[in-house]
Amino acid sequence: MSATTIEPGEHAAPVIELVEVRKTYRTGSIEFEALRGVSLRIDQGEYVAVMGPSGSGKSTLMNILGCLDTRTAGSYRLAGEDVGEMDEVDLAEIRNQRIGFVFQQFNLLPSLPAWRNVELPLSYAGVPRGERRARAIAALERVGLGEKVGNRPGELSGGQQQRVAVARALVSEPALVLADEPTGNLDSTATADVLQLFDELHAQGRTVVLITHEQEVAERAARIIRVRDGLLAEVGVRS
Amino acid sequence: MTWFDTFRTGWEAIRSHRLRSALTMLGILIGIAAVVLTVGLGLGSQQQVGASISSLGSNLLIVSPGSSTDSGGVRGGFGSASTLTVADAQALTSDTAAPDIAAVAPVKSTSTALAAGDTTWTTSVVGTTADWLDVRTRTLAGGRFLTTADDADQAAVTVLGSETATELFGTTDAVGRTVSIGDLSFEVVGVLTAAGSDSTTNLDDQALVPMSTAANRIIGGSTRTAVSTIYLRATSEDTLSAAYQEAQALLLTRHGISDAESADFSIASQESLLATATSVSRTLTVLLTGIAALSLLVGGIGVMNIMLVSVTERTREIGLRKALGAPPAAIRRQFLVEATVLGLAGGLLGALLGIVAARVLPTLLDTTIVVSPAAVAGSIAVAVAIGIVFGVYPATRAARLAPIDALRSE
Repeated sequence: MSATTIEPGEHAAPVIELVEVRKTYRTGSIEFEALRGVSLRIDQGEYVAVMGPSGSGKSTLMNILGCLDTRTAGSYRLAGEDVGEMDEVDLAEIRNQRIGFVFQQFNLLPSLPAWRNVELPLSYAGVPRGERRARAIAALERVGLGEKVGNRPGELSGGQQQRVAVARALVSEPALVLADEPTGNLDSTATADVLQLFDELHAQGRTVVLITHEQEVAERAARIIRVRDGLLAEVGVRS
Repeated sequence: MTWFDTFRTGWEAIRSHRLRSALTMLGILIGIAAVVLTVGLGLGSQQQVGASISSLGSNLLIVSPGSSTDSGGVRGGFGSASTLTVADAQALTSDTAAPDIAAVAPVKSTSTALAAGDTTWTTSVVGTTADWLDVRTRTLAGGRFLTTADDADQAAVTVLGSETATELFGTTDAVGRTVSIGDLSFEVVGVLTAAGSDSTTNLDDQALVPMSTAANRIIGGSTRTAVSTIYLRATSEDTLSAAYQEAQALLLTRHGISDAESADFSIASQESLLATATSVSRTLTVLLTGIAALSLLVGGIGVMNIMLVSVTERTREIGLRKALGAPPAAIRRQFLVEATVLGLAGGLLGALLGIVAARVLPTLLDTTIVVSPAAVAGSIAVAVAIGIVFGVYPATRAARLAPIDALRSE
């Protein structure tokens, strides 16, 4: 089977460039090829949804895009930088500076108030404390939680927690916002709120990659990429 | 991440897991308190032994019958008590044969009942000579001591220890009163000042009588000239060893023994007793400290165990922090700070507990506990080192986790 290559218009600088990326998991003597040669280019300011059933390899793709996992073969350039030869320390810096994550499980630290959760990426970036607090509160205001900066995650609803997570993904002004099933644990009202936030981010010119298995969520994006059996199978571009 | 942030993060982690942190500290705390207390007990017993041996008297040599002395100067078992005699003691006072011996006090004792009116008291009745007071460096609280004339006369006079006097006569002055020993009435001519007790005997509970009186009128028997111990005082500390040589040579000659190895008496000095006793209590201290160190090690393994569990429990948190851009060094530092703070807090509290116990226990147990600043500082340093060493492994393991594996774990 030949690898699928996706070539969008050449109008903007690429944020993501994957070339023939493969990922093989090895458990004892059993090998499983989760990605079987994926090439993908996502440009600055795009809003992309990655869709696919469980086991299709979309989570693996997301982990590789987020530098949370390593490739078995192929090359990956993120915002112009080759992450292929980077060590743990450089990768940590890339995740810190270039990528904002939004997870299905929110992944907030329960013992910290909202603003302390949001400032975490800045504290690893070495931003001074006063500036960190100001930027964290500004990010929370941007997602409509200006009144809740001092609340701990346990005191917030699911939708509010996910908005805290979005604020945390934004606070370091990353090149790429990467969301893995961000609405998977939310009711329809909260889902609408969070998707509205992604629409706004896109409107502000941010690059958003959203992974989902829900068609209606995916349809908010300008471009839909389908993953099946470790390959990019289909492209839908909305005009 | 700045050190301030690292410390804050570590402190928050400790506070948000109060029970676990408290249990970790408890392990260290008990270990440290045990070290401070056992080292303190060891030092205390060394001091006690030293003090009680010093109370024997200065520049003192003790001649005991019927056993040999080994190369270290340690007395062997006591044999028959009849090889030393009053005549031996008399010979040792010679200025020509034993010029470095200042004073000689033979002693012969028995345990018997004393009676004053309706009051009876069983104590050690000690026959000795006028030099005893000088040799044992004791003083009188009142009256006079035994004299050479008393000995020559087999006089029925006695000098009482302060406790014996109190038991028989209460708070009234005992001097001039009469006590009965067996069928005889003795006049109390003097009372000794209190001196406490040495390792084996109460120095304040005894009745001293002239040697001849004890031998002939109280103890009797077929070996009337035999004595149980001869105390010698050297003229000075510098002549102690010369006095030892002279006493040994003289007694060997008198007993017709050519080989010092087969002597039928032994001579011990206060220093040799002190050295022996100190080495015994030092061995005890080493043993106790070893046990305490072991408990500290167990506490340390507890810390490592808890740190490992803590890392496992917080794998998701570590994965999240890595996803947000924490480099391995920041994760490592966070866990190191946690372990070090736990070790330091446990160490300080343990030292505090040890010091408080060292104040309280002696009043309950009649022991001496000397808190050694070196033991306190050392054990706190060890506690912190335990925190660091046993924190390094889990911290390194935590830092090495791949972010996605850490995030996926439950």
